[in-house]
Amino acid sequence: MGILAWTWILVGLSFALYIGIAIWARAGSSKEFYVAGGGVPPILNGMATAADWMSAASFISLAGIVSFTGYDGSVYLMGWTGGYVLLALLLAPYLRKFGKFTVPDFIGDRYYSNTARIVAVIAALIVSFTYVAGQMRGVGIVFSRYLEVDIDTGVYIGMVIVLFYAVLGGMKGITYTQVAQYCVLIFAFMVPAIFISFQMTGNPIPQLGFGGSGEDGVYLLDKLDGLSQQLGFHEYTSGSKSMIDVFAITTALMVGTAGLPHVIVRFFTVPRVKDARISAGWALLFIAILYTTVPAVAVFARIKLIETVSNAEYSELPEWFGNWEKTGLLKFDDKNADGVVQYVADKETNELTIDRDIMVLANPEIAQLPNWVIALVGAGGLAAALSTAAGLLLVIASSISHDLIKKIVNPKISEKGELMAARLSAAVAVVVAGYFGINPPGFVAAVVALAFGLAAASFFPAILLGIFDKRMNKEGAISGMIIGLSLMFFYMAKYKLHWIGDPTVDTAENWWFGISPEGFGTVAMLVNFVVSLVVSRLTPEPPQEIQELVEHIRVPSGAGEASSH
Amino acid sequence: MSKENMKAYWKENLGYLAILLSIWFLVSYVFGILLVDQLNTIKFGGFKLGFWFAQQGSMYVFVILIFVYVRLMNKLDKKYGVDE
Repeated sequence: MGILAWTWILVGLSFALYIGIAIWARAGSSKEFYVAGGGVPPILNGMATAADWMSAASFISLAGIVSFTGYDGSVYLMGWTGGYVLLALLLAPYLRKFGKFTVPDFIGDRYYSNTARIVAVIAALIVSFTYVAGQMRGVGIVFSRYLEVDIDTGVYIGMVIVLFYAVLGGMKGITYTQVAQYCVLIFAFMVPAIFISFQMTGNPIPQLGFGGSGEDGVYLLDKLDGLSQQLGFHEYTSGSKSMIDVFAITTALMVGTAGLPHVIVRFFTVPRVKDARISAGWALLFIAILYTTVPAVAVFARIKLIETVSNAEYSELPEWFGNWEKTGLLKFDDKNADGVVQYVADKETNELTIDRDIMVLANPEIAQLPNWVIALVGAGGLAAALSTAAGLLLVIASSISHDLIKKIVNPKISEKGELMAARLSAAVAVVVAGYFGINPPGFVAAVVALAFGLAAASFFPAILLGIFDKRMNKEGAISGMIIGLSLMFFYMAKYKLHWIGDPTVDTAENWWFGISPEGFGTVAMLVNFVVSLVVSRLTPEPPQEIQELVEHIRVPSGAGEASSH
Repeated sequence: MSKENMKAYWKENLGYLAILLSIWFLVSYVFGILLVDQLNTIKFGGFKLGFWFAQQGSMYVFVILIFVYVRLMNKLDKKYGVDE
């Protein structure tokens, strides 16, 4: 059976599964819609969190990024996993004890202020929308590559599926679908990795295999260091970025992860405080299975690719090369017309352009794995993109129906009315996200990477201080969030998007402290902390009942159920 | 729960956090970034140690840290009678 037929079968089966789950797990109340009724078992919540967290970018692009950047790629590996330690130790248990539905709920109540609530809603919407647009695009791209439909059609199909289970099922439907999606995506990622590891090193465990050696007895990493230097690239196992930038980017990604609303909200869905703690552990374990495999796949794929194409006769390259040339992901330009592929770091003489996504997408073909394994990667990529999109859409929907409509515009809205409002906002959010997926503004790709910086600069300090600093008041938190967020925007606009300032001057040489826009969230977060602490000490202390609330959330007993009032 | 108990519980909790977060910082920022070049001179199997911490070791330790934290806190909750 061909790859296309296998893909239709596997994607069709997985979609039927998701829809079946959505019908079985319909939300009947606003509490089920927002937090799945607060009754999700921790291990399942861990799986759902992992699927929610691992996006199309983690599944498709990350191994490619690491493959082409070597040690520099470590910032994503450490950054996107280390944040869960912060989440588990510093935020999740206390937010669960607090027991509301959303992150703006916590900010609004803890800082006894609707201004704080609105600032938090705006920050949640900005972060979630920038992130979700990329996911819808990802759905379209996976569809187009594997099912040979165009990208727009892929986005439409993705919209219909997400619309169906997010609008119908709310958090309850999303959670149980995400559990299934985790299983699909981890199976789809691990099967080719295990095959390739065994093929190249004789060790089926990729995490160990990439420290092993091939048939020639040379350690893979030594071989790759050698190959990289021969072709003029930097040594694979050492970096090219400055140490301070690596430090800053890692911190921004870690703290941003801990501050992302669609991740935090998952910890509202478990019954007890201790469940919130342990489900963060499960989540990270499930995430780490993929994330520790990524650097191994990166090494295997890079060596295979270099060995296959470097200095090979173009006419004698294997069939997959032609297949991926057609998609535009591989481009060969025979500059010196000798019919041989020269793949080198020097831009003048390099003849091969490789899209980094190919490292995961084409890897099974390069390693000559069976057709069903190749098709499986397509189903896995879709699971990763859909699960993240759905989680983000829910945050957008609840920000509007709960934080804006119920808490600010119309507090008297009935339970039924709120549930309807939540469903409508979810539907509108799907349409808006789909629109951005079909017409991606040029800056979306640039901004997705910075969503972490924005989350780090706004939410993380406000939530952390809300728990650990009893003296923190609304004046401090609001000014900290606004200044942190504005500073991050300013730096992005100047050094990433070039909307303000002089683009010829605002280049890497002039970065503040040598920190890139991707790492600047760390600086903005520190500024937020300093501003919050200083302002709070110069203004009146928070009311007595708020100080009691802080003491209340610090101990687990009597967490009660997540509630709206 | 009395005020003093509450204070003692919180203090022990903060103590755990300080220790666990120091380890978190050590394996990622210190071993994986700040001292990476020095550690890379040490090799085990095909791995340079600093590179291994940055792309493997730190993540294993992160997972272990959370499960250790869960154990410690569950015990602490029982000790102060605030478990559910």
